[in-house]
Amino acid sequence: MTQADLLPWAVAIPLLGAPVLAVAGRVLPRLGCDVLATAAAAGDVACLALLWSRIHGVSTARLGGWPARVGIVLAADRVGAGLALLVAVLVLAVLVYSWRYFDEPSGERAGLFPAMVLVFEAGMVGFALTGDLFNAFVFFELMGASAYALTGYRIEDPRPLQGALTFGVVNSFAAYLSLLGIGLLYARTGQLDLAAIGRGLAGRPPDLLVVTAFALVVTAMLVKAAVAPFHFWLPDAHAVAPTPVCMLMSGAMVELGVYGAARIYWTVFSGAGGVPHDAFRHTFTAFGVATALLGAVMCWQQRHLKRLLAFSTIAHVGLFVTALAALTPDGTAGAAVYVAAHGCVKAALFGLTGVLLDRYGSVDEHGLHGRARQLRLVGVLFTVGGLALAGLPPFGTGLGKALSEEAVSSSAGAWLTAVYVAVSAVTGGAVLRVALRVFWGVGPRPAEDHDDDQTTGEGEEPEIRGPLRGLPVMMTAVPGALLVLGAVPGCVPAVAHAITDGARALADPALYRRAVLGPPAEVRLPGAPVSSAWTVEGVALGCVSAAAAILLGAGSALRPLPAGRLLRLGVRALRRLHSGHLGDYLAWLAVGVAVLCAALAAQA
Amino acid sequence: MGVLVYLAAGWMLLVALYGLVTSRNLVHAVGCLSVAQASTYVLLLAVGYRDGATAPVFSDLAPGSRPLVDPVVQALALTDVVVGATVTALLLALTIQLRKRYSTLDPQALTGLRG
Repeated sequence: MTQADLLPWAVAIPLLGAPVLAVAGRVLPRLGCDVLATAAAAGDVACLALLWSRIHGVSTARLGGWPARVGIVLAADRVGAGLALLVAVLVLAVLVYSWRYFDEPSGERAGLFPAMVLVFEAGMVGFALTGDLFNAFVFFELMGASAYALTGYRIEDPRPLQGALTFGVVNSFAAYLSLLGIGLLYARTGQLDLAAIGRGLAGRPPDLLVVTAFALVVTAMLVKAAVAPFHFWLPDAHAVAPTPVCMLMSGAMVELGVYGAARIYWTVFSGAGGVPHDAFRHTFTAFGVATALLGAVMCWQQRHLKRLLAFSTIAHVGLFVTALAALTPDGTAGAAVYVAAHGCVKAALFGLTGVLLDRYGSVDEHGLHGRARQLRLVGVLFTVGGLALAGLPPFGTGLGKALSEEAVSSSAGAWLTAVYVAVSAVTGGAVLRVALRVFWGVGPRPAEDHDDDQTTGEGEEPEIRGPLRGLPVMMTAVPGALLVLGAVPGCVPAVAHAITDGARALADPALYRRAVLGPPAEVRLPGAPVSSAWTVEGVALGCVSAAAAILLGAGSALRPLPAGRLLRLGVRALRRLHSGHLGDYLAWLAVGVAVLCAALAAQA
Repeated sequence: MGVLVYLAAGWMLLVALYGLVTSRNLVHAVGCLSVAQASTYVLLLAVGYRDGATAPVFSDLAPGSRPLVDPVVQALALTDVVVGATVTALLLALTIQLRKRYSTLDPQALTGLRG
């Protein structure tokens, strides 16, 4: 099979598997559903792995044989195909993880959960592989709609419904904003293909319409990526979604938003007649750093484990955006490695949190203090996950962090390195603090504070009935395997090289344009490869942030850290902003769009 | 039609945003979301509009004999309608379920998630 044959199959396999499962689930026993779902997911992993290993520049598939100016083209470089592969791997992991997870007398619904996960996969893979802007909107909404439904999967409990509604309204509103932007771009260029729009814009000097269209289209991506101030929906959705869904949302869906923003900027707006590089660089570095710091501060404050991990995802998204905003091949490469490893590690941590939820019906750090002493293996894995999150070499997160630091410090200044180290240390430290308290009972039991401004995580409905059975093996095996995968980019130089080498294609719009608009032939990547190896400095900074994380985690578990009155007030104000109210979140979204438009227009 | 129709699309979007921000009823909020979506229909159709043109249907029309409006934006608007119907149905289903469990429809009365 050629790449052009594989590309449509990558989207079609989960899309075909979903209805088959939904129908077959009515007659098949539980085991049959699991086998079907796992086979579909494994088939897609194989398809995408083959595709990813074969791409050297940009591969395209013209659907229905129509050229790009008329039809829809699927186009994949290593970054797009790599993200799709990450999605497929995580979906496979999630389906295996939840073999016995929703082990309830579900009757007709046995095949429904895996079927929805496969639809979700189709949306995410399609979004990563499409070369058409309107098509991207449709896939965006497809993954959105299935994610809303999966978030509110446990409809017996009111909170998932609230989280899913907030998630749905905020994301769909943002998607309509992007559709307005797509309409404006079509009005200007008469094209919907990413590369063709880019070519069409080059004819005239950039004006307010182009800047507005960019701000509108990219807003949807930033909402999906949970960049501040568009991030409010994410902790609410993650706190209530079933654990396997959290693994997918934090590990892959959020990162797709970051990818979408980078893809659209590079392919459509980076040339003449688009948005100037400096305007993008300054604006998105500011957004990225603000997101990273806010995520880290809020992550440290949480006691609800899923919310803690959700804010850690927000913090890391800020780091990815900052690296991409450097607009250099090095920055893109760093972000690509970081995303790949972070996705596996974060999914593993959510999976381990699911074990706690399964055993104790709680995800409250304070309530679980010392209760999980007998789950030694889970505790060890959780600790390793925390260290990986902090960027300890040789984990891929450490390598991604090191490459990103190098890229941003050469483009924007060395102070950004400090942001990377601090954010990694605080988010890793928060996870280590939880691990020490919950699995080893370190330190005194935290005093009960009756603070109305927080979500405790007590009294969660166990996601499974009948906790008398033993812990399913897969619930620890899958997170363990994911942690190993998270270490692969850092330990195997060939993998790191393949990822970083492919990242150059994302930062090369001319290559993409040639592949999509030119005669149908594989376009190969020219130029010098970017570095993908560990440096002494990178290893040292990784060790520093891991050591800081250990100190922070152990220190705060042993004794509550002293905090000044001013600091407490500031943190309290930040928490109040996360009010859980739909109206507030949309108001912040409007503020964000206004700031984005103003910042870009002032610099364009 | 000129610039007026674009202003109308923008106005509809802002009205929808105002409604969403101040909403005290989730059914109303989902309705506001549909209004926001309607603004995209208006914009898309306005982009494809031409004075004196007719519908791009060739059953009783010789190709090239008359100017036509752009069929692409109409296809986009149709797809958009389908997407919108799915999302609206899903959100309304969640709202009904929420009413059953919480016996309220006021989004400001939902305080389960904060901080």
